[in-house]
Amino acid sequence: MAHGEVKHDYHLVNPSPWPFVASVGALIAAIGFVVSQKGLVTDENNFFLSDGQWALFWIGMGILVLTCIGWWSDVIKESKAGDHTPVVDIGLRYGMILFIASEVMFFVAWFWVFFEMTIFHGNRAEWAVPTWDAATAQAWANWPPPHVETFDPFHLPLINTLILLLSGTTVTWAHHAMQTGDRTGARNGLILTVLLGALFTWVQFAVEYPEAGFAFGNQGDITNANVYGASFFMATGFHGFHVIIGTIFLAVCLLRVIVGQMSPQKHFGLEAAAWYWHFVDVVWLFLFTFVYVMPYLTMQN
Amino acid sequence: MTAETAHAHDAHDHRPSLYDWKRWVYSTNHKDIGTMYLIFAIIAGLIGGALSGLIRWELAEPGVQVFAEGSAMTAWLNLDSNHGYNVAVTMHGLVMIFFMVMPAMIGGFGNWFVPLMIGAPDMAFPRMNNISFWLLPASFTLALLSMVVPGNGDFPGFGGGWTLYAPLSTSPAHHSGPSMDLLILSLHIAGASSILGAINFITTIFNMRAPGMTLHRMPLFVWSILVTVWLLVLSLPVLAGALTMLLTDRNFGTQFFEAAGGGDPVMYQHLFWFFGHPEVYILILPGFGMVSQIVSTFSRKPIFGYLGMAYAMVAIGFIGFVVWAHHMYTVGMGLDLEAYFIAATMVIAVPTGIKIFSWIATMWGGSISFTVPMLWAIGFIFLFTVGGVTGVVLANSGVDTALHDTYYVVAHFHYVLSLGAVFAIFAGFFYWIPKMSGYRYNGFLAGLQFWIMFIGVNIIFFPQHFLGLQGMPRRYIDYPEAFSYWNQVSSWGYVITAVGVLVFLVTLVEMFIVKRRAGDNPWGEGATTLEWTLSSPPPFHQFNELPVIKPDTHH
Repeated sequence: MAHGEVKHDYHLVNPSPWPFVASVGALIAAIGFVVSQKGLVTDENNFFLSDGQWALFWIGMGILVLTCIGWWSDVIKESKAGDHTPVVDIGLRYGMILFIASEVMFFVAWFWVFFEMTIFHGNRAEWAVPTWDAATAQAWANWPPPHVETFDPFHLPLINTLILLLSGTTVTWAHHAMQTGDRTGARNGLILTVLLGALFTWVQFAVEYPEAGFAFGNQGDITNANVYGASFFMATGFHGFHVIIGTIFLAVCLLRVIVGQMSPQKHFGLEAAAWYWHFVDVVWLFLFTFVYVMPYLTMQN
Repeated sequence: MTAETAHAHDAHDHRPSLYDWKRWVYSTNHKDIGTMYLIFAIIAGLIGGALSGLIRWELAEPGVQVFAEGSAMTAWLNLDSNHGYNVAVTMHGLVMIFFMVMPAMIGGFGNWFVPLMIGAPDMAFPRMNNISFWLLPASFTLALLSMVVPGNGDFPGFGGGWTLYAPLSTSPAHHSGPSMDLLILSLHIAGASSILGAINFITTIFNMRAPGMTLHRMPLFVWSILVTVWLLVLSLPVLAGALTMLLTDRNFGTQFFEAAGGGDPVMYQHLFWFFGHPEVYILILPGFGMVSQIVSTFSRKPIFGYLGMAYAMVAIGFIGFVVWAHHMYTVGMGLDLEAYFIAATMVIAVPTGIKIFSWIATMWGGSISFTVPMLWAIGFIFLFTVGGVTGVVLANSGVDTALHDTYYVVAHFHYVLSLGAVFAIFAGFFYWIPKMSGYRYNGFLAGLQFWIMFIGVNIIFFPQHFLGLQGMPRRYIDYPEAFSYWNQVSSWGYVITAVGVLVFLVTLVEMFIVKRRAGDNPWGEGATTLEWTLSSPPPFHQFNELPVIKPDTHH
């Protein structure tokens, strides 16, 4: 019964090398990362496997980047060939929303650490176990821990908040312009969004981070209560990394708008980028409230 | 091949050769990918099973023998140390969970039968489906590599248990070597694979159901996969975060789980079990779905209380997210918190009870045929209930304070997994292998395997209840004389089970040599789901014309 002409609108994708290539890339990058930290051979002169060698990691990452380019180029080709029928388009929307949902849960882990430290540091100090030394008790008694100087959230972080919120409006402008067939408006909106995204990244990584009044690692001192710094930099750093991804995503959409690959009827790539951008935006608002403002106000009291 | 690729759109029913490597490596076909998942799961199951063999061999007698330093048996695996025993225990757990049960149930049966059962030609994202599979061999390679590179000092492998608790997993005093880092990245990649697969399943089920296939007409197996993959999407990223913290604690001087630096090792347990508890439901829910299909088919009755069965799984999935700390009663949380987690955990017995009783009610008054898949399904219901009952015992924090980390816990979770999930996998395997391969299995051999394994696994795990109640702790290489009797019995049980596995492999080989044609529907009128309307094996691309589901179709 199932043979014969295809009478449905689903997209049966042609065989593709990319999944396998990407997996090989991921494997090489993972091994490469471990080599860079610990090394996998005792010989110190092995270019690929000695401690501190980054070659394998970058080879793996290179394969992954090439895979992204190759894979998504194929997706664009398939879209142009008309494979993305309305029902496939709905599927792509489900996929993007679920991907963002999983990203939200990833940030939940980092916020969890932060809230645990914020709310329960007093309890842990009270439960002091006899084997804990004074340094541990001291580290646990305060939040933010002693000798941490938090950022004043109403300077650079507030500026960055405004930059990101503004970029949220420009991307919506681009989206609405695209819906009404105004390609110039879409282009201009996207150019502004990409520039604002890049500006955010520059302010965060190049201006704000070097000014931090706390360290990321423990500087080799195990009693150095740096968990504030660790959770701050991991949470805001992962957010910053997502901003960079989102900026690249929007930049690709900008190029596609310029070469005329998007139309008022078909521009899901742009919509997905906009969704992603709003997700990054919302995560930042939570970071600003709970990681910047709250500890700062605690310190003020 | 290039010509074939170019014409793939015109010739969807063309089935490429089995020996064409590109068919598998480049695959975008849900059935081929499902087959690869199943083969992968069988290989990983044999490796994980061999590791448990080393454990039972070591524990057959008091004292240290198999893992003794310099012992010939384990020397070639680099496991000849007391640490080697810990590595075997750790890797047995990880391999069975991440590389056997999950790939078999979700990747294998899910991939094969979710599209068939909802009347879809393939998965929503066929190419992404393939990366979900191919990330697993990459992940498994990292996991196996972690067993042979330095872990604890010069001893190879990570030996801190499958839960990877800090500080065992972070402190340089315990595991300074690259082994643990490889294991972390292995789980990162396995997690990425599962998240992508989960997104694919949700999209497929929500967006690609055939006309008339409403959510409330979906077969229960599809419901079970739907709930399972939601758990995956929402819980795995939290594990990814926790693993990343382990990685930075180990390599970049953060102190998330280091008390001296203001961090908290208990927080790792919270993050881990927020993933870990949904994970144990991920391991069992697809089994619920398969057992529902099988019990209904071989009782020749629609499943009893279909909607209750579907929403019981939704309830189990939901409650599964709010009970995680019952794995951590002994960390010293407040009594109020313990009381909450006891109550919430007990609540799970309600939807689970709905399922057990509905299976029994389905069989009640049915025209039951005791085929091999039905035997496994009935075995599942019986043994899973035993594991469920001990679970209710352990849910009480007062009792758990005594039984925590004893063999009672080991017996409990092996009754629900080894005798629950694995029984469900065998049930599903024998139910669907005629559809997947086109051949019927040898009923005598398959039945023999069931009875050998049923006896074997019960002999392994039932005595472990006694050992646990007597206070024997888990994860120890040695034990006092007093525990030797039931340990020896348990180890003999392993030998019996291993014979059962051997019979399974013989059954497989015999089936593919003798090639008894199965026909479209070997199970008769009880088998009402859509996969039985197709040929065996189904065409390379099925449902080029979508089936239309009528309201009176049974589930």
